[in-house]
Amino acid sequence: MDFSQIVPALPDLWEGMKLTLELLVMAVVGGIALGTVLALLRLSSNPLLSGFAKGYVNIFRSVPLLLVIIWFYLAVPMLLNWITGDFVPVGAFASCLVAFMMFEAAYYCEIVRAGIQSISRGQVNAAYALGMTYGQAMRLVILPQAFRKMMPLLLQQSIILFQDTSLVYAVGLMDFLSSARSRGDILGLPHEFLLFAGAVYFMVSFFASQMVKRLQKRLAV
Amino acid sequence: MSEMISIQNVSKWYGEFQVLTDCTTSVAKGEVVVVCGPSGSGKSTLIKCVNALEPFQKGEIIVNGTSVGNPKTNLPKLRSQVGMVFQHFELFPHLTITENLAIAQIKVLGRGRDEAEAKGLALLERVGLKAHAHKHPGQLSGGQQQRVAIARALAMDPICMLFDEPTSALDPEMINEVLDVMTELAQEGMTMMCVTHEMGFARRVADRVIFMDRGHIVEDCHKDAFFGSPRSERAQQFLSKILQH
Ligand SMILES: Nc1ncnc2c1ncn2[C@@H]1O[C@H](COP(=O)(O)OP(=O)(O)OP(=O)(O)O)[C@@H](O)[C@H]1O
Ligand SMILES: [Mg+2]
Repeated sequence: MDFSQIVPALPDLWEGMKLTLELLVMAVVGGIALGTVLALLRLSSNPLLSGFAKGYVNIFRSVPLLLVIIWFYLAVPMLLNWITGDFVPVGAFASCLVAFMMFEAAYYCEIVRAGIQSISRGQVNAAYALGMTYGQAMRLVILPQAFRKMMPLLLQQSIILFQDTSLVYAVGLMDFLSSARSRGDILGLPHEFLLFAGAVYFMVSFFASQMVKRLQKRLAV
Repeated sequence: MSEMISIQNVSKWYGEFQVLTDCTTSVAKGEVVVVCGPSGSGKSTLIKCVNALEPFQKGEIIVNGTSVGNPKTNLPKLRSQVGMVFQHFELFPHLTITENLAIAQIKVLGRGRDEAEAKGLALLERVGLKAHAHKHPGQLSGGQQQRVAIARALAMDPICMLFDEPTSALDPEMINEVLDVMTELAQEGMTMMCVTHEMGFARRVADRVIFMDRGHIVEDCHKDAFFGSPRSERAQQFLSKILQH
């Protein structure tokens, strides 16, 4: 084992990590936004809307993420071509981002839905009684409380996503894991680099989980 | 006297179960009406129908000339004119007291933040809680929270107020501080419909008493008539039970 070659490779690995984090942050923000919309649809009294959201969640929870990534890589450019009539080149990054957002939205949807349902009917009634519309009641009263309660779960789900971003190797994106692997292969030190990458994933996920646990304790008070 | 709330032949079902049966009554401008009756008799349901927090299937409710059941009615606008106070206060726990008082004024009535906060503060002072403006609801006692909730409703300049058992979640020593605020409000001429079991309050402040049982309005009369000689046996039993306490 020779770990000495890792230090000179760190700038390259950092480039990979930057891509991983960029993808993660955008997918989390987009996924939670889309997941919230889905949760509102799911809770709608309109059977068409709630049925759509239910179907969406069931489909994305029943297929492997890897398949969604590959499928979007192939489908998104075709879809855009079909909509705009032009050939629009879509990078692997954009298609991966869309895939993660849409896939994770299914999971965030269920978390947000549980969060909204945990807010008492009395709070909803109080908001309505003050003359708020449905949108105002959600935005000003229900969602802020629901997100507070659900923050630990949303973060936990995002830590899982952090690990899952490594699946982008399938469409050739140079994320942290891919860049560690390729460096290792070039230098003939694949084991060392993979071990190092594993240690980094572990440390980041472990410490993030610990922080979530502490947050959970603080919110519970 | 002109009518503020008119309830005409209202019936309501939860699935097969009939909660309200042919309820008819009214509240005149400036009048204070107390609604009482055993648990599960439909008091909360009736009062929630008045500002359309609950839909009803039959009959009509008219608030200040506007039909509540009409699908064309702008319900948020109607509700913004009808203050409501709940058993469990329902202050917004993620906002400070000041924000609780200001938020609907700003978002619903379109008032400026300064104006809304000044109005909220003035009302807080009125209910004796100005010093707590910066706190969150969880830091206040039940009685204090309920007084804030009343101030929050008043901040909207309501044309009438609905109360759903405002004191029944409170410790006994806090009940009076809330009843005092309500009494003062009644004396200023506010139109009030109060679900409450505080018969002392009803005796002192109410004009009329409505007694409900199993979804029916069984008695609807002047308070003296109600406390003097309730006609129905159910009301007599109810009164003797509640006055024993
Ligand atoms: N959402 C609901 N679905 C089905 N039944 C309901 C629902 N809400 C209330 N009920 C029933 O309707 C009846 C009247 O309820 P309501 O809350 O109006 O009674 P209440 O007179 O306010 O009683 P309490 O003094 O306990 O507050 C009760 O039997 C209750 O179980
Ligand atoms: Mg009730």
